[in-house]
Amino acid sequence: MPINPDYVGRTYPVSAPYEVSRVKIREFADAIGDPSPVYRDAEAARAAGHPDVIAPPTFAIVISMASTGGAVGDPGLGINYAMVVHGEQQFQYSRPLRSGDVVTAQTTISGIRSVGSLSMMTTSTEIRTTAGEHVCTAVSTLVERGAEAAGEGAA
Amino acid sequence: MSGGVVSGTVGYDEVQAGAELPAVTYPVTRLSLVKYCGASGDFNVIHWNERIAKAVGLPNVIAHGMFSMAQAGRYVTDWAGPGATVAEFGVRFSAPVVVPDDDTGATIEVSGKVEEKLDDHRVALSLTARSDGTKVLARARAIVRLP
Repeated sequence: MPINPDYVGRTYPVSAPYEVSRVKIREFADAIGDPSPVYRDAEAARAAGHPDVIAPPTFAIVISMASTGGAVGDPGLGINYAMVVHGEQQFQYSRPLRSGDVVTAQTTISGIRSVGSLSMMTTSTEIRTTAGEHVCTAVSTLVERGAEAAGEGAA
Repeated sequence: MSGGVVSGTVGYDEVQAGAELPAVTYPVTRLSLVKYCGASGDFNVIHWNERIAKAVGLPNVIAHGMFSMAQAGRYVTDWAGPGATVAEFGVRFSAPVVVPDDDTGATIEVSGKVEEKLDDHRVALSLTARSDGTKVLARARAIVRLP
């Protein structure tokens, strides 16, 4: 079943505040295998011109995905999450996320289209500090593979 | 070159449009995916459960697309150096990175090119990522602001 196109333009509620911590940044940097000291050592980050430890660019997905999850899980959309793959991802940054930031995220569905057995939904998630400063906009396109696509290659 | 730093710090004035950046190969194992599941909060079973991955038509467990994007991001920030900031970063996930259950796993090879020099000390890079000969990131592009 294609994703319900009536949901284009829908904006979901602002998320609860998320506090960016040094420990979480280090865990994420370790997981992606990036040893850079600016993700671990406040002195190294300051020497590079940042007030505190910064997060790798794709760390923003941790915050945006929690927010888009609210949209993806909306029962009215009719998405079968087991059949979802990530199609595209874009980030626009005003500055790097950093330790000590307290941010919220808000997601809007900006597009829904279907091509053959594939349905695509694009969401735009704005990440701002609780003081209102824009930090990052994350634009994600999720692709739901239809029943025919799922059958291909299945054992 | 494997998993290392491409370069130290790059200044805007030194960069030339059209310059090719050296490729770097990054490893990805099942352990990488388990760690990435925990760090990112994305526990989709196709990233750790071979039985279910195959049942939904995948050749094996696949890496998170965002893990591949993170490697491309690391390539960019390693090249640009700690004084640079990323202004924009976007990719299309064109094929999955298949990660076998063995001691070596898979690799993601990232290469890049200076596409153009923009105003305000910004530089646009075009990136390519391949795994096992297949392009896994398409239309990958980053804009970085250099010192």
